[in-house]
Amino acid sequence: MTHSFDDISAQLRRRHRKTRWLKGLSMGALGLAALFLVFFFTDMLIKGLPAFSQAQINVEVDYSEQASQLPMAAVSEDMRPLVSRGYLRLVPSRMRDNPELQGTTRSEWVLADSQVDQYLKGHHSKLSERDQALVDQLQAQGRAELRFNARFFTSGDSKMPELAGIASAAVGTMLTLLVTLAVAFPIGVMTAVYLEEFAPDNRVTQLIEININNLAAIPSILYGLLGLAIFINFFGVPRSSPLVGGLTLALMTLPVIIISTRTALRSVPDSIRHAGFGVGCSRWQVVRDHVLPLAMPGIMTGAIIGLAQAMGETAPLIIVGMVAFIPDISASFTEASTVMPAQIFTWSGEPERAFIEITSGGILVLLAILITMNTTAVVLRKRFERRW
Amino acid sequence: MHTDQLLALFCAMLVLLGLIAFFTARAKATKVRTSGTHMTAQPDQYGWFGVLSTAAPALVVSLLGAIIMLLMGAEIPVAMLLVVSIAVACLGLVCGLIMVKPEFHARRAIETFVRWMLAGATLISILTTLGILVSIVGEALRFFQMQNFWDFITGTVWNPGASFLEAAGRAEEGASAAQFGSVPLFAGTFMITAIAMLVAIPIGLLSAIYMSEFATPRIRGIAKPMLEVLAGIPTVVYGFFAAITIAPLIVAAAQVFGLKADFNNALAPGIVMGIMIIPFISSLSDDVINSVPDSMRQGALALGLTHGETIRDVVVPAALPGIISASLLAVSRALGETMIVVMAAGMLPNLTANPLENMTTVTVRIVAALTGDQEFASAETLSAFALGLVLFVVTLTLNLVSVIMIRRFREKYRINNL
Repeated sequence: MTHSFDDISAQLRRRHRKTRWLKGLSMGALGLAALFLVFFFTDMLIKGLPAFSQAQINVEVDYSEQASQLPMAAVSEDMRPLVSRGYLRLVPSRMRDNPELQGTTRSEWVLADSQVDQYLKGHHSKLSERDQALVDQLQAQGRAELRFNARFFTSGDSKMPELAGIASAAVGTMLTLLVTLAVAFPIGVMTAVYLEEFAPDNRVTQLIEININNLAAIPSILYGLLGLAIFINFFGVPRSSPLVGGLTLALMTLPVIIISTRTALRSVPDSIRHAGFGVGCSRWQVVRDHVLPLAMPGIMTGAIIGLAQAMGETAPLIIVGMVAFIPDISASFTEASTVMPAQIFTWSGEPERAFIEITSGGILVLLAILITMNTTAVVLRKRFERRW
Repeated sequence: MHTDQLLALFCAMLVLLGLIAFFTARAKATKVRTSGTHMTAQPDQYGWFGVLSTAAPALVVSLLGAIIMLLMGAEIPVAMLLVVSIAVACLGLVCGLIMVKPEFHARRAIETFVRWMLAGATLISILTTLGILVSIVGEALRFFQMQNFWDFITGTVWNPGASFLEAAGRAEEGASAAQFGSVPLFAGTFMITAIAMLVAIPIGLLSAIYMSEFATPRIRGIAKPMLEVLAGIPTVVYGFFAAITIAPLIVAAAQVFGLKADFNNALAPGIVMGIMIIPFISSLSDDVINSVPDSMRQGALALGLTHGETIRDVVVPAALPGIISASLLAVSRALGETMIVVMAAGMLPNLTANPLENMTTVTVRIVAALTGDQEFASAETLSAFALGLVLFVVTLTLNLVSVIMIRRFREKYRINNL
């Protein structure tokens, strides 16, 4: 059997074509992931950005005696369906606080109902034909417009979409993460220092290592079950509080901090330690004065990444009851509270169309914070990372 | 006095005593030293030793008291406990000061203390595992006292329905007896996991191959952070995306093919979960492929294999244990994933092989059981812990197998950074 050079080079061409195929295919896979990311962010931006603006209309508000009893009477009958009921409800208390309003009639920019808001943004709305015409007319007169939705960042949850804001959830997230950081950071760093610098290399140490790696891979919802059974039922920590949420998240974040701290400690070269021992330092002195400061950027990076992870976590917090309805901002570690992802979860369950917008808006805020945190971590790593 | 104020007072006194201990111990050591006697440690170290001997016993006593109160329900007045602790602190202060002598090795004492403290911190992670085990197993056992274990494992009907009436002692009012057959839940879980893996493993693995074998450093520098962004998106966001954007798309697509799809179909959460897991698989596989020694690639190329053949026949088979280990970890993560399925999958325990139908999963039922307004001791609430136990066992097994696989890979090529 003879092989001509033509046959062989044809075969070679085929084989090289297969390489190109593989390259194209794998590039396509990566491109698919990129495409999804673009699709995802575009979708979220389209859905969420409108949440940052809100319809307001200019109406005559009549602060009459009748309005202090029956808030509905403050605006004329045909305008009533257009004005947010949440705004009207506050009319009597405003009249009580500002007696000079009594008996006056003034034209004011007031919060519009969410249906008006949806209509102005061009979405489907349940406004009647007549009300739609009225809104069109108001808009033509410049008496109805979309303005920046500051309320979204300053108020708590509400069942009325035009009143709902993310502030109470943001405060809850902050308190919860404070607890998480206060518990997980010292314990995590101490554990890592012990395992990396002090522990003898024996069976027990190996067991602890396997245990920590395993903890990192346990489904987060099981931490919720732990929090419910141990912290709430056994230790009696108040349910739904940032304290119990923070403790649960701390246990979940602990392995992340331990693992990243160990990596950071390991990257400090042994020559540093040897030099320390050489001038007569004890082990703790070497660790405290030399190894830990050198490993600090890496440790901080790990801590930020761990916190970002904890911040986006929802499942364990739902189990420990942090999906409460929190209309007011409360800065207490032991009172019922909610966190941003849980707030997003609650909103996503609301049937009204306007809540989809609010939910997406909340998601955008959460994503912005998370991306900022992760970028900080990356910058920290790039800036202070030392190649030995 | 209020407990908070008492605690604040206690802390303030402890700090004060600590300061006294530090300065008196240091002063004593300095005096001894200036008198010309040789001391085995520095004055500061004697000072710190004084602080430790003052604070540590007091904290231990107050902690023990708190634990005894919690565990045994003993009624110790908080004020008394704190007073006793302060007394212990004073005693510790005196002892510490007496121990400041030239031949006493203060640095060594601190060293021992620090070592024990760090070891104590390590204990927390073990306690966490134990806590998970005890809490889940304990409550699951209570569930299995009410329900037959085999019915739970092999039953095909999940209908907790009237179990709350039983818990309230009104069983006869319930229309039908509660049934806890977990097979439909596990079928749903495995269906969604399988869909997720079908999405994640090919895309993740191919991305890893591209990044480690073909890509220029520049593309790598862009692609890696991009995948990290994918990994950083919270699951609740993925869940919302699956429910609001992907599910309607799938329903519309199914209609084009003349199929009927539920809005709570299994496909939407499966696909989105797969996308969530892509970075997980790609980064682990990337590490593994990168640690296949270059000598193997060079050998294969020297024998005349093309680049593609080298990857297919040499690099990937060599990295296979690591890739399998990454996939197992991904499966374990998909099984335990909660928010995506809670938001996008159904609530109906439905035993079916059609991914377009409404299905539920283990984690959905856990959340449903624990967020309902059921009494804690009812069978439905406790069933969450039984399901959690199964989830724990399955994911633990997967994780351990994956650890063993990666260890084998590491030993084969003597790599230390995995």
